[in-house]
Amino acid sequence: MPSDFRPSAATPRSAHFEACVLPHLDAAYNLARWLARDEADAQDVVQEAMLRAFRYFESFHGGDARVWLLAIVRNTFYSLRAKSASNDAHESFDDDAHVVIDEQPSPEARALLAVDVDALQTALAHLPHPLREAIVLRELEECSYKEIASITGQKIGTVMSRLARARERLRAELSTPFTEARRHDVR
Amino acid sequence: MMCDDARLLLHAYLDNELDAAQSVAIDRHMQGCAACAALHADYAQLHEGFARASLYRRAPATLRKAWSVEPVAPRATQVRRPPVALAMAAGFAAALLIAAPAWWYTLHRDTNQVVDEVVSSHIRSMQPQHLMDVVSTDQHTVKPWFAGKLDFSPHVKDLASQGFPLAGGRLDALDGHTVAALVYRRRLHVINLYQWPLSAPAAAPDVAQWRGYTVIRWTDGHMRFVAVSDISESELRQFVLAFQDDATSPLMR
Repeated sequence: MPSDFRPSAATPRSAHFEACVLPHLDAAYNLARWLARDEADAQDVVQEAMLRAFRYFESFHGGDARVWLLAIVRNTFYSLRAKSASNDAHESFDDDAHVVIDEQPSPEARALLAVDVDALQTALAHLPHPLREAIVLRELEECSYKEIASITGQKIGTVMSRLARARERLRAELSTPFTEARRHDVR
Repeated sequence: MMCDDARLLLHAYLDNELDAAQSVAIDRHMQGCAACAALHADYAQLHEGFARASLYRRAPATLRKAWSVEPVAPRATQVRRPPVALAMAAGFAAALLIAAPAWWYTLHRDTNQVVDEVVSSHIRSMQPQHLMDVVSTDQHTVKPWFAGKLDFSPHVKDLASQGFPLAGGRLDALDGHTVAALVYRRRLHVINLYQWPLSAPAAAPDVAQWRGYTVIRWTDGHMRFVAVSDISESELRQFVLAFQDDATSPLMR
């Protein structure tokens, strides 16, 4: 990791890069941090992604610099992750395997959500990567479906169903057990 | 609409991704289907949880430093102790008040420079304890606070019902004027709205992007308005419309 790299200050290219890309450093780090779930790894990912972004800045022809950078961050994360051999090679994600959980449609079955920071953070960290990236981009980065589709290279339909699954899982994790919920259910 | 379809579209509904016809269909379905309505309530709660939970991870300073070619806007990156910053701002503001007539000739400055200045001011305002001099969500507290501090009375209104709650205000200096800065919130984002008197004909809003920030400027009723934020352009436009279109507004002409 060439961490001592600094773009030279003199060129107009680097000034342009800085003006376009640097405002999105927080966004890049936020995505990397939630994908990697580790501060040091996230910094490595962002450092490498910024290097790539700087190297390929010519290929950026206007448009949304944040979407462009986040796509690079995402690709960087997955490629670095694939390289580190210790990881269980591929966490394959089959969209069909994660079918929508069939919930009991009766209103009585509704469990009250206990949305507190720690629980939400834990639940979010436990989502599979494809679902986590979708929900992080949507809820924390406030990307539109079109932007998420463009960052993750998926169809908008896939984005929508992954968001649905992510939220279903979060909801399930954050729901208090059924019996307890009933006790609190004053309706 | 069947529940199965609604279950999926519910999320797009929540994310404002549906067109009007689909939204109406979901609305109608939820009126007749308690289960889907309950699900919607849960997901809305989850959404609010995300907004509240401060799960956003900002880049550490070391990373930012490594990628800043030069101190871009030293005012933005240096963390000053607030009292010093406030004292300097106050001194600057006082100097401007004294020198005000001289500044009237600098009205037609390069607009890019103004946008740059607005964004710098916005970034600076995000520093700890520099955002607001008067903290209140009540427009009847914020407006009187400006009395005696400015040579004009700024338009102040709370837009909480439109999703942009008023958070407070402060004095600032822009383009050679002492200006009123109103602070609004949009979820976790901050919108700065600057205003100062300007003897120029009313002008429609124009939009500029600068360093990832959106700046919308317009003139109305001999007042110059500049809104700046890091929210999306469409949301900032929505904010500007809300500010302009408020029925109680004296800006309605």
